[in-house]
Amino acid sequence: MLSTLQPPRSLSLLPLRRFQCSKHIVSAASSSSTAPVTSPPQSQILTTRRSLLSGETTAVEIAKSYLSRIRLTEPQLKCFLHVSENVLKDAQEVDQRIAKGEELGPLAGVLIGVKDNICTEGMPSTAASRILEHYRPPFDATAIKKIKELGGIVVGKTNMDEFGMGSTTEASAFQVTANPWDLTRVPGGSSGGSAAAVAARQCMVSLGSDTGGSVRQPASFCGVVGLKPTYGRVSRFGLMAYASSLDVIGCFGSTVADAGMLLHAISGYDRFDSTSSKQDVPEFQSQFLSVDHFESKPLKGVKVGIIRETLEDGVDSGVRSATQEAASHLEALGCMLTEVSLPSFSLGLPAYYVIASSESSSNLSRYDGVRYGNQVMAEELNKLYECSRGEGFGEEVKMRILMGTYALSAGYYDAYYKRAQQVRTLIQKDFKAALEQNDILISPAAPSAAYKIGEKKDDPLAMYAGDIMTVNVNLAGLPAVVLPCGLVEGGPSGLPVGLQMIGAAFDEEKLLKVGHIFEQTLKGSSFIPPLLANVA
Amino acid sequence: MSTTLLRTIQLNQFSLLGTALIRRRSNNVSVRCCGSQTATTHEAKQTSPSRVAPKNHKSNKLDEILRDYEAVIGIETHVQLSTLTKAFCSCSNNYGSVPNTSICPVCMGLPGALPVLNSKVVEFGVRLGLALNCELSLKSKFDRKQYFYPDLPKGYQISQFDIPIASGGYVDLDIPLEFGGGHRRFGITRVHMEEDAGKSLHSDTGDYSQVDLNRAGVPLLEIVSEPDMRSGVEAAEYACEMQRIARYLGVSNGNMQEGSLRCDVNISIRPIGQAEFGTKVEIKNLNAFSAMSRAIDFEISRQALLYDQGKADQIVTETRLWDEGAQKTVTMRKKEGLADYRYFPEPDLPEVILTQEYVDSIRASLPELPEAKRRRYEAMGLGMQDVLFLANDVSVAEYFDAVIGKGAEVKLAANWIMGDIAAYLKNEKLSINDMKLTTQELAELIAAIKDGTISGKIGKEILFELLAKGGTVKGMIKEKDLVQITDPAEIEKMVIKVVSENQKQLEQYRSGKTKLQGYFAGQVMKMSKGKANPGLLNKILLEKLNAKD
Repeated sequence: MLSTLQPPRSLSLLPLRRFQCSKHIVSAASSSSTAPVTSPPQSQILTTRRSLLSGETTAVEIAKSYLSRIRLTEPQLKCFLHVSENVLKDAQEVDQRIAKGEELGPLAGVLIGVKDNICTEGMPSTAASRILEHYRPPFDATAIKKIKELGGIVVGKTNMDEFGMGSTTEASAFQVTANPWDLTRVPGGSSGGSAAAVAARQCMVSLGSDTGGSVRQPASFCGVVGLKPTYGRVSRFGLMAYASSLDVIGCFGSTVADAGMLLHAISGYDRFDSTSSKQDVPEFQSQFLSVDHFESKPLKGVKVGIIRETLEDGVDSGVRSATQEAASHLEALGCMLTEVSLPSFSLGLPAYYVIASSESSSNLSRYDGVRYGNQVMAEELNKLYECSRGEGFGEEVKMRILMGTYALSAGYYDAYYKRAQQVRTLIQKDFKAALEQNDILISPAAPSAAYKIGEKKDDPLAMYAGDIMTVNVNLAGLPAVVLPCGLVEGGPSGLPVGLQMIGAAFDEEKLLKVGHIFEQTLKGSSFIPPLLANVA
Repeated sequence: MSTTLLRTIQLNQFSLLGTALIRRRSNNVSVRCCGSQTATTHEAKQTSPSRVAPKNHKSNKLDEILRDYEAVIGIETHVQLSTLTKAFCSCSNNYGSVPNTSICPVCMGLPGALPVLNSKVVEFGVRLGLALNCELSLKSKFDRKQYFYPDLPKGYQISQFDIPIASGGYVDLDIPLEFGGGHRRFGITRVHMEEDAGKSLHSDTGDYSQVDLNRAGVPLLEIVSEPDMRSGVEAAEYACEMQRIARYLGVSNGNMQEGSLRCDVNISIRPIGQAEFGTKVEIKNLNAFSAMSRAIDFEISRQALLYDQGKADQIVTETRLWDEGAQKTVTMRKKEGLADYRYFPEPDLPEVILTQEYVDSIRASLPELPEAKRRRYEAMGLGMQDVLFLANDVSVAEYFDAVIGKGAEVKLAANWIMGDIAAYLKNEKLSINDMKLTTQELAELIAAIKDGTISGKIGKEILFELLAKGGTVKGMIKEKDLVQITDPAEIEKMVIKVVSENQKQLEQYRSGKTKLQGYFAGQVMKMSKGKANPGLLNKILLEKLNAKD
């Protein structure tokens, strides 16, 4: 069956091969001398554009190939909760524009997966919750509106942990998504569907949301690029709120360039979101030079701080080595590497869970079964609330609502919520100081590579602990990109490990530049999951 | 025209509003029936304004009991702002639209929708804060007040909790003479911005309820008073002043029937001399000032009686409703402990930062407020009743100011407005703004009477013409040839004619029936078509009547 799978032309540029897994750690950087030479990963957005403009292929052809790959891989992966019926129709429109010689938007023909907590007009948007089963919003999120205006095609809605609460996508009310690198493992979460869909090339890029690492950790688990922009860079209008002061819409791509171009498309001030920023959005695309144009030390003078606290106990040795190798690679590119310390680092996780749960307990109050979504008939009002919410929400969501409700209760507010906000201020200060000394900070994206489905399901604290690398960045509102930097042992052909790069507020430009050069010069792996390698 | 205006008109000697007076009296009767009293004009004068001691001949015992207690009353007033759009979305803010037609994803609380603050709400908050002599918070914020109810779409109300936009102010007002008179200053604890909830409509059978979200997200300012009021009258006057100020500022229509002005009253009583407050009871459903006054006085009596009977423990923290039919308060719900609204800062909205320049510019744009107006009118020599009448309604005050601004004499202008004009407006159910008589013409009319161009009587006729049809005083005088005859020779001619044509009456007059002077005067006036100057006429007439041939 798999032999009938036709990879699209844009993919054909990517050599699909089985990665050789060494006995211990397979770090791309360290193995660069021994691994077969591969060409650097290519932007799928730019490749698509080139082939559309040259007439080499059509948007419909491209869309068909992706749809057929979805058909083939989806039974195993379960990345999508809904696949749009309009993909081919939308692609036809792109082809018509080309035929008429009309101007093409920068995302013309680009197939985009959208996390299910981002509203898409007329298309189911449930945040993977029973309470919103069959809910179809009457409006597009601002990010979706912008994507459509630029010619992008929404492929479908991707699976996630219910309302973004979880780190494995197992907390979806509807299905469990598998990691394309190892079908017995989780893709990470909460944007696991979006990450896995890009990894499996079911779509070119995708949108996720990141409240405490929900874009970056699954990007790490699935071996794709995950970009969490500065808080306020992208409008949250149409993003179903989990924790409003932390939530951002983020981007997945198979290259830094793709994630960066998608971010550019959705960025900017929005009058419908008063927390969106009026900061100018720079043209990121000029950063994405092809590798032949790089100087010998393309990152000369870039100051990189490696966060000491992220390489201490509790981090898998493979992940630690991969991070250190990545640091060496950056040094080789000309970066000045120093170790920095964030004294407040370990305080972030508890503060995060207090703030996120508190805000979520409030944000999820609107799901009461009165106006939309799951409504259970009841004799009286409180019963209607109890039953609609009781049946509509999953266990993880209920637990966080309870925790948040408790933290905000009279008499506890100061001890929990207020204190957590004080910690948040400390964390912001520490980051600020570290970023005054350095251009970017680096750390692992997660303490481990993808773990087994079910492994941490009954141990929420262990799962929460996995967020330690990422939550601080949300508390500080900073931008960060996670990109694959190596593989560790596990699965049929190794498991990817992501490197997190953290930048100063609204300095995504620098992150993308460093990330792109890092990615384009990293030898040894194109991070194509074995699922696709088998296909090839 | 508003209830308040009626309430003041009825007390004005120049007006003809007996019906309102009767209503007020009947209110007293009904209140009396259920064992409470309202302080009457006469009696209130004799009692200390800070004491609750209304009198009633039927319940001297209650009077004695009430003498020993002091009521402590605080009021929360919700003022619905007359912004074009809602507080956090661009839905139009109209009262009375078809249910659920003025709604959008934001005010429906759809997933993913975010609030965006309407800057007019801040402007109105600053205006009201300044008008209430408050300290403004240059940096305030919004918070979420959380509770579940079907008409609260988001499960929380966006409000301001610990940092309101304005706090620590006061309001000055004058108690009408018939309620004892006197000037009062009541403290304002705070003014904060928030959004209204929707409306729940319950079926008569109780089988189902419906929710109308048109009102959800409509902006409100909540004004919390200090517990400074001591009687129903003081509380009602306070609420009345809030309405007046809101209308003067143009921030709200202040209409109680539509719910644009809603008052919740907190009331407790304590033995006189006791420092601690008693148990506080909240009264809701007060949709008229008179109801507020009666409800409070009822509640004071109820609590005092319980105290007196040694049943003070039966006064519990609860919300009571005013039952207009039964003229009493009834338990709506008892509160077990304090409700926990789990306030926390609204993360979807940035802080509200005001610059000093912004505040200063709004301060500079404030109109003259009721208190300033009253003090100015008082200084102009008007009596308190006139002052209160004129300053009560901003449109009336503006009209009056415009008329005297055009040179009309203050007292005359006041009398015309409070007398014939007010009566006309009431009969025609018109507002002063809809009236055809312009301030210019009223000023001219007053001037024309004063300088003797026309008589007062003709002045009145012209007034009613102008009220009904509009036009100018000059035009009407010319058109109808109404200029007063002040030429003695002309008047003398008419007098001679009348006297000569009425020989019989002349004889009677001269034989001692001097009352007939009026008859002659009337005849001459008739002949002059009412235009003869009455003073001159009488002077010449007397000369002729008494002349010896």
